[in-house]
Amino acid sequence: MGHDLANPVLSLRDLTVEIKTRRGLLKPVDGVSFDIAPGEILGIVGESGAGKSMTGNAVIGLLDPPARIAGGEVRLAGQRIDTLSSEEMRRLRGKQIGMIFQDPLTSLNPLLRIGDQLTETIRTHLDLGANAARERAIAALDEVGIPAAEERINSYPHEFSGGMRQRAVIALTLCAEPSLVIADEPTTALDVSVQAQIIALLKRLCRQRGVAVMLITHDIGVIAEAADRIAVMYAGRMAEIGDVAEVLRRPRHPYADGLLSSTPAASAGQARLRQIPGAMPRLTALPEGCAFAARCERAQDRCRQGAAPRLEADNGRTACWFPIQHGEVEA
Amino acid sequence: MLAYILRRAAQSVLVLLVVGLIAFSMFRFIGDPIDNMLGQEAQQEDIDRLRTELGLDAPLLVQYVRFLSSAVQGDFGVSYGQGRPVADILAERAPATLELALVSGTLAISFGIVFGVFTAIRRNGFAAQAIMSLSLIGVSLPTFLIGILLIYVFSVELGWLPSFGRGETVELGWWTTGFATRSGLLALILPSITLGLYQMTLIMRLVRSEMLEVLRQDYIRFARARGLRTRTVYFRHALVNTLVPVTTVIGLQLGSIIAFGIVTETVFQWPGLGLLFVNAIQFVDIPVMAAYLMLISVMFVLINLFVDVLYFFIDPRLRVDRSEASA
Ligand SMILES: Nc1ncnc2c1ncn2[C@@H]1O[C@H](COP(=O)(O)OP(=O)(O)O)[C@@H](O)[C@H]1O
Ligand SMILES: [Mg+2]
Repeated sequence: MGHDLANPVLSLRDLTVEIKTRRGLLKPVDGVSFDIAPGEILGIVGESGAGKSMTGNAVIGLLDPPARIAGGEVRLAGQRIDTLSSEEMRRLRGKQIGMIFQDPLTSLNPLLRIGDQLTETIRTHLDLGANAARERAIAALDEVGIPAAEERINSYPHEFSGGMRQRAVIALTLCAEPSLVIADEPTTALDVSVQAQIIALLKRLCRQRGVAVMLITHDIGVIAEAADRIAVMYAGRMAEIGDVAEVLRRPRHPYADGLLSSTPAASAGQARLRQIPGAMPRLTALPEGCAFAARCERAQDRCRQGAAPRLEADNGRTACWFPIQHGEVEA
Repeated sequence: MLAYILRRAAQSVLVLLVVGLIAFSMFRFIGDPIDNMLGQEAQQEDIDRLRTELGLDAPLLVQYVRFLSSAVQGDFGVSYGQGRPVADILAERAPATLELALVSGTLAISFGIVFGVFTAIRRNGFAAQAIMSLSLIGVSLPTFLIGILLIYVFSVELGWLPSFGRGETVELGWWTTGFATRSGLLALILPSITLGLYQMTLIMRLVRSEMLEVLRQDYIRFARARGLRTRTVYFRHALVNTLVPVTTVIGLQLGSIIAFGIVTETVFQWPGLGLLFVNAIQFVDIPVMAAYLMLISVMFVLINLFVDVLYFFIDPRLRVDRSEASA
């Protein structure tokens, strides 16, 4: 789609997150690799518990102990960032990497004015005086479509509606001009009527500025509408990744197929992920081989033995030994 | 907001009246003041005459109404024990109690907040765990025991600090202060620690648990995600949100510091209101007891009111919610 994947903003290689628990070592993220180009939006889908948030938190350096990055590499514009000290990582947050969370109602400090939260962020990362920071804060609110920004900057969060608060959150995330934004289910907590507006806003602002976006969501409609590529996660591993139109039309991984294909409305928006019989295995009880095998109609002996298939199994598109060949299925 | 305050004030007056009545009816069980005043050999007619003079023959409710109507004019009657106006006695004793409360309250609040924040931020550190364990002692040891232990160590064994009294005081108009002399300041140390220790540990544990709760909130996570400095996250975002719920408790703790100073004042023979009250009970000095209890209730009510008003200034959400609720 014309995105420069040769010089990605974000590049994950074999990222692995571990949690030490009494019941053993868990891997909520296991060998995940992908790139996001400048201005590109990568949609990440998967059942809850698949490790999507963990991946995002690992990238921005906000894993809660005992979770930690145990292997692989995270590169931002070519620079390794998973090895940075916590203070160096703190400086990157907000300035290079922004993150938007699910619930705009609770993301803003209730006791501070919207304007104060903006200016403190701006002044943390940019060398600006109080007045210049205020100007910039007003411009940031204006850009996300908050009317009368000059007055609303003095409002407290509770004086904003849910949609307005999420706009303010977007303004806060973008105000120091990061090159990567991680949006973790940014519209799940919102009214259906404002979801589309927020996604459109996020898409427009990031496109304009060439910001790379990692968009975690449950909503295939959102993915179809906003994403350039889609990545499907299952039990901490990447199941399938590819161009959004291609994957939605012809998913190759049986899990992606079950999740996505039976939703004819996918490109029309608002379609939710389909339920597949059975449940994702717990991290404490991952089977040998492919984690999806127990729920998979195509599973054979090879799927249940030895190492789990990785994306290379299908030339980098799916992690499946027996991917769906669409010529054969559609015939 | 004014309407809200007026309504709260009206409620407060009601509370005061009820508390006063309860206190009044309980005095009957303490004993008969006449016995104390006239001794065992008194003649029946003297007893009856004194009873009528003091108005003690009237029904309880009538006594209470009489007490209230003169109290609002600043007249709390005459002490049975000392034969002087109760108002004068209270004014004389108040500085000792208030200075002690001021010092121990300041200690309790400042150390309570500092330790609470510290143990929350470093919750897995050795120092934080040690402070938490020690604080259990502060909560579980009774005040009088702490006082006696302190006296034993610092007055009896080491001989560093006085074990009783206020030391030398200086008069400033009707106020007497212990802040102006060395012996006055030294005398304050042990009583204020004794009185403040419990409140300090209470405030500390409360601040800690509230702060831990706040640190789990989404807006703290979002503040971190924006790359704000750790200091800013802790003190600008977390601490202020922590102090909102803690304010009420701190206010009430200040009240208890004055009210429950009774034990500390007794242990250290501190010449304040608490000691006055204890002596008044022994003598069944009803005017003094009544005035003291009313004073304490008024103080609690005022603190409550003050804390409520304070909320309006701390928490912008309440400015909306409360006025809507009262509309
Ligand atoms: N502290 C923890 N201890 C054990 N397991 C955890 C812990 N935190 C998260 N997990 C597990 O990590 C997995 C990934 O979670 P998450 O990334 O939040 O999923 P998603 O965002 O895809 O819904 C889940 O299965 C969750 O149960
Ligand atoms: Mg999640």
